[in-house]
Amino acid sequence: MNSIKDRAELIAAAAKKMGKEVFKDDIVKISKPRHELQKESCKVVTLEDAIKKSGLKDGMTISFHHHFRGGDKVVNMVVAKLAEMGFKNLHLASSSLINVHEPLIEHIKNGVITKISTSGLRGELATAISHGLMEEPVVFRSHGSRGYAIAKGELHIDVAFLGASSSDPLGNAAGFSTSENAKSICGSLGYALPDAKYADTTIILTDDLVDYPNQLNAISEADVDYVVVVDSVGDSSKIASGAIRDTKNPRDILLAKKAAKVVINSGYFENGFSLQTGSGGASLAVTKYLRQAMIDKGIKARFALGGITSHMVKLHQEGLIDRLIDVQSFDKVAAESLLNDPMHKSVAANEYAAMLEPGSATHFLDVVILSALEVDVYFNVNVLVGSDGIIRGAIGGHPDTAADSALSVIVCPLLRGRIPCVVDEVTTLITPGSTVDVVVTEFGIAVNPRRPELRKRLEDAGIEIVEITALRDRAKSIIGNAAPLPFGDKVVGIVMNRDGSVMDVIKNIAD
Amino acid sequence: MELKNAMAGTLESGDILIQIAPSDVDGLHIELDSTVAYQFGEQIKNVIINTLKELGINKANVKATDKGALDCTIKARVTAAAVRSTGVDVWA
Amino acid sequence: MFVPGNNPGMMADAYIYGPDSIMLDLEDSVTMAEKDTARLLVHNALKTIDYGDTEMVVRINPLNTPYGKKDIEAVVKAGVDVIRMPKTETAEEVIEVEREIEKVEKEIGCLGRTQIMAAIESALGVVNAYAIATASKRMMGIALGAEDYSANLKTQRTPEGSELLLARETIVVAARAAGIDALDTVYSNLNDMETFRKEVEAIKKLGFDGKSIINPRQIEIVNEVFAPKEKDIQKSLTILAAIKEAEKKGSGVIAVNGKMVDRPVVLRAQRTIDLAIASGILTKEDIQ
Repeated sequence: MNSIKDRAELIAAAAKKMGKEVFKDDIVKISKPRHELQKESCKVVTLEDAIKKSGLKDGMTISFHHHFRGGDKVVNMVVAKLAEMGFKNLHLASSSLINVHEPLIEHIKNGVITKISTSGLRGELATAISHGLMEEPVVFRSHGSRGYAIAKGELHIDVAFLGASSSDPLGNAAGFSTSENAKSICGSLGYALPDAKYADTTIILTDDLVDYPNQLNAISEADVDYVVVVDSVGDSSKIASGAIRDTKNPRDILLAKKAAKVVINSGYFENGFSLQTGSGGASLAVTKYLRQAMIDKGIKARFALGGITSHMVKLHQEGLIDRLIDVQSFDKVAAESLLNDPMHKSVAANEYAAMLEPGSATHFLDVVILSALEVDVYFNVNVLVGSDGIIRGAIGGHPDTAADSALSVIVCPLLRGRIPCVVDEVTTLITPGSTVDVVVTEFGIAVNPRRPELRKRLEDAGIEIVEITALRDRAKSIIGNAAPLPFGDKVVGIVMNRDGSVMDVIKNIAD
Repeated sequence: MELKNAMAGTLESGDILIQIAPSDVDGLHIELDSTVAYQFGEQIKNVIINTLKELGINKANVKATDKGALDCTIKARVTAAAVRSTGVDVWA
Repeated sequence: MFVPGNNPGMMADAYIYGPDSIMLDLEDSVTMAEKDTARLLVHNALKTIDYGDTEMVVRINPLNTPYGKKDIEAVVKAGVDVIRMPKTETAEEVIEVEREIEKVEKEIGCLGRTQIMAAIESALGVVNAYAIATASKRMMGIALGAEDYSANLKTQRTPEGSELLLARETIVVAARAAGIDALDTVYSNLNDMETFRKEVEAIKKLGFDGKSIINPRQIEIVNEVFAPKEKDIQKSLTILAAIKEAEKKGSGVIAVNGKMVDRPVVLRAQRTIDLAIASGILTKEDIQ
């Protein structure tokens, strides 16, 4: 005889041995239609309840992403709620902070936020911090480094507050929405993916709660604890509107043409190459001039990486770029392409550009075009702190892509008004000169002496190369010698290198 | 030299607006507001003072609103404001 | 390339785009109220900014305005290469400008340094083109100003430019007869680069030496159109080398690839090389 009753003793013995209970069938099925049931998801709560349930305590770390750019409402909304609930001493870790986050100044003064980690700071908040607003210095990391630090626990996130253009009641969330109630679209959520995965508690904030399943989701319900429905996650006109327009600034066009010529003759412009362009009118415009050369020479790229624009999407659709790897969609055209095109995929920040992650896409990047606030005669680059000593930028993926690519080209005007861009020494070290290969300015092109073979290839192609010191001298002859900046003795910012070491510090500007 | 209120220049990028007014006390009193004040404030003031002294003006209140102008532009704007203020041209 | 004389930012930047010639304007782009400030800006810019090899031209106000004389003094003292006279109608006007230039040049001790270019912008000017072109040994070129000219003709500009044909031909002929440059008018619609290109191609065929432009974005097209073909450059280099060789030997008749080379062929070869240098295809070192 071998019925389940006969095996009861054996089952009990096996359970005992494993330290488990014996199964009891007390299951009651729920008969409600599932489209109704999903609306009762226990994850959907108010912001206040989500915060209470998350177990957030004073002194903990909260995180945000900046994919909603200038339209973002999430950071200000959440921090205001936290202030109202009486939280203090929080560590705010955002992928970046910009002009719209000016209200944080009050929360810093009131002790709600006492520590910040970010890739960049802009606007009034940046100015106030440069003048010594915070006791604790802001910790700056590149996008790749931030993702890696989160994944490895060096930057431990207690509660992540992640805005999404759509989410279902279980937390499957995306940077776009296919519902008719769609309010915003930001495309890739690449900078938010490490947070979603590694935070102790992940809270999605969305203004478009859609029916389960929200497919093509970037963030999976498995990583999400709570879903909060809000009126608006951001001003859609400032998140992504239309296509990034071609620059009409003649100087940007001149710089872009020169940079394209460098790339075309660098030796890396061949079938199967890979390409990334940084933000800024000139570096974005390079794509346009490479396109013609790709058509003329029958060259196709394997992938374009990083911040994806409508320009890149166009080349992809024309068959000139095989795949798009998108950590941040720069405009609506890019965001829609990510939604509709299977060869256009988003990538998490730590898989995009982390130095110590062998699979990072940047390790397989041939050419990157980047902008700069300052380059010095050792080819060091600063993209974070203005020549007036005030923080006004973001590290972004600058040091990641410069270091990992086969060819890094910096495009910057020699002068912005009376501000020189080629200087004796950068105000703050962000991207080490050892990783910067070519500097393109309107007054000439300089090649890093570490790359003599590259210089030869460019000269053989008839491109005139000048010494970087000649560019610095030219700038000085036009504008004169800048006086030293009135720095104080307080450290207001710490710049982390990609390997986790400390690269530089930023001092306060004294009034 | 008898001065009238006068101004020259614009607030466009790369330019400087110079306003000259008569003063009761001796000396040149420069009030500078510049986007590059930390790095070039002193240099800009020196160009203003030297240009005015060359034109024989030693007693005036000057308000300068700078948008990153080069020295040659500053000199041109100060001279123009001074000519308008004194009514004495630099050309024959 | 035209640059408004009251815009310091554009004046400082113009050089980087590599035009052959920069024309700082004191005339139509400057309001009456700002003539004095623009004059000082142009004066100080010419004295201070390093424009490299670029030919520096200033368009002055006419001498029959209160500004013309002061303009000449200011720019000659700053060392301008060429003074461009607007709305030139007669040879006498050129002589008058020459007299003013000489006065200033004598004062600062650089007699004969400043050249003159005259813009022809009226029917009378077109009729007098040759007289204007030969009015002074300082004359280096005559140019068409089409907006004023077509208004003076009581017509308006058209995309095909038939209303300008006679003026253009007359100016080229007068310039050639006088041995100076002929320069064409500006094209103002920056959003229509195709029509601009067609116009540049047309005026090149008519024999013009160059085109006036209002924006750096137009430079590339002018250079492309005026750039000689690789084949022609090679041929011209061969001809010029043969001439040099023949001069050394003292031989009078030259043949290249079995064909007689006479004077017009040599002149055309030289012009091809000049254009190749101006378009950035060859450098002066390449010729050595």
